[in-house]
Amino acid sequence: MSAGHTPEPLGVHFESVPEWLRGDGESADVVVSSRARLARNLAGHPFPARSTQAQRKTTLKLCKDWLSKAGLSAQTTCISLHQAAPSERTLLVERHLISKPLAKGRPLPDAQDDDRPPGETDPRAVVVGLPDEKLAVMINEEDHLRIQAISSGLDLREVLRRAIDADDRIEAGLDYAFDEQFGYLTACPTNVGSGLRLSCMVHLPALKMTGELEKVKRAAADMNLAVRGFYGEGSDAIGDLFQVSNQTALGKSEDQILHELDGEIIPRIVEYERFARKTLMSKRRAVVEDQCWRAFGTLTRARLMGAEEAMQLLSQVRLGVSMGLIRDTTVRIVNHLMLLVQPGHLQRVVGHEMDQEHRKEARATLLRTRLGG
Amino acid sequence: MKCDRCENEATVHEVTIVNGVATEKNLCEHCAASDGIVPAPVSEALDPGAVIAGPLAPATPGRATRSGSCPTCRSTLNDFKQCGLLGCPDCYSTFRTHLTQLAARAHEGASRHIGRTPKRAGGTLDQAALIQERTERLKRLHAQLDEAVAGEQYERAARLRDEIRRLSTQPSESAERES
Ligand SMILES: [Zn+2]
Ligand SMILES: [Zn+2]
Repeated sequence: MSAGHTPEPLGVHFESVPEWLRGDGESADVVVSSRARLARNLAGHPFPARSTQAQRKTTLKLCKDWLSKAGLSAQTTCISLHQAAPSERTLLVERHLISKPLAKGRPLPDAQDDDRPPGETDPRAVVVGLPDEKLAVMINEEDHLRIQAISSGLDLREVLRRAIDADDRIEAGLDYAFDEQFGYLTACPTNVGSGLRLSCMVHLPALKMTGELEKVKRAAADMNLAVRGFYGEGSDAIGDLFQVSNQTALGKSEDQILHELDGEIIPRIVEYERFARKTLMSKRRAVVEDQCWRAFGTLTRARLMGAEEAMQLLSQVRLGVSMGLIRDTTVRIVNHLMLLVQPGHLQRVVGHEMDQEHRKEARATLLRTRLGG
Repeated sequence: MKCDRCENEATVHEVTIVNGVATEKNLCEHCAASDGIVPAPVSEALDPGAVIAGPLAPATPGRATRSGSCPTCRSTLNDFKQCGLLGCPDCYSTFRTHLTQLAARAHEGASRHIGRTPKRAGGTLDQAALIQERTERLKRLHAQLDEAVAGEQYERAARLRDEIRRLSTQPSESAERES
């Protein structure tokens, strides 16, 4: 798409669509992406939160040095976040390559007096597989290593396979903290065991419209699943996007966790959402059509647009495209726009920083242009 | 907290695990010394700050120090309760009893890892542990099922039944994993 636009000092092409937002793969009408995450720590080193700056530097160097030669991906880039600009870190968060806490950094117990915000100098990094961004390894987040494999559509088996492959390669050069009883040792005891979190990002606009979303959430809680918003813990479900993941990883093998999500829970959620869409189409077709087209109309005509409003409207358009009501755009374009309307990406596309009011204007212009309004 | 043996304040907290059974001792310095748990008070001449900053040289990993902190990173259970994070991998053996209970609550009753292991840790865990875990899990599931049926939670009951069926017909995990 945009390879070769502007030189990319970080190696990541911020104007391209990351693989996980391509809008293809199994059940892509409902499942946006699948992700596997493994939490790992180095034996004999305190966890990041309990480490001094020197200790964090040591674990960062150990991990970085090995990851660069572990053969994780045909090409990788290692981004040192304590050296990256805040705007670059925002871009990485929006692309789901790093978490918000990693972007922010953790205050150092022994930080020298500095004008910079606490955590700014926290030694930390992310290694990204290029060009598809299907693999990312965060260094010195809550755990020394967080390995993430991500893919578009429902593809949990494959992301788990890729995460495990990366895990094997990393383990060949680093000594993991492991205990017979607790499994892979993590800074937070809720992650011990396999250290695995499998998740899908699902788009559930019809269940929201039929008022059945709460039922699904309750059922998920009953099954010990976590349901989070688009940007992880504590964020609202903007754009009717939810992350569904296993909560516990102790006493269950990786295959069991995979089977629960891939074989049962996610397919059931997909079925629910599809059923709700069908029901809406047969019983309230005019209402649905009206809503989707109103959203499309607003997106292609508005002159000022907030990020949250944009996400909500894009969600409606995505529903319209998935149901065959709107043929003027594609799921892939809508997915990409959900990323581009975020503040970091918006400013990147425009080419300079803006205050909120100017962002609203630029966002509206971007949406009109990309949706052919 | 009082010493298990006398009226003094307990300053030594030790957890020992024998055949998987954890016992906790809370003793005063004196009783602990006479018990041989700690060498007679040599004064903890170590500056805790210096220990945190220096490279990790585990004293006796897996045994709480006199002050009840992790010998490797000096974190205490209180530190953990405050921030929700442990200090280092050795904290798990230091606070095993406490963490075993906590894990059981957080992980649907499970307190033993099954699944992948680092190759360095000797490959798959032994079959006995696996079977034990599965038996315990089945027991728990059956209890939950009875509860669900009694409470007329039929959807939940159906799900539990599915899980019980799957668990009872599952081939051995470690056999699957060996390749
Ligand atoms: Zn005593
Ligand atoms: Zn420790």
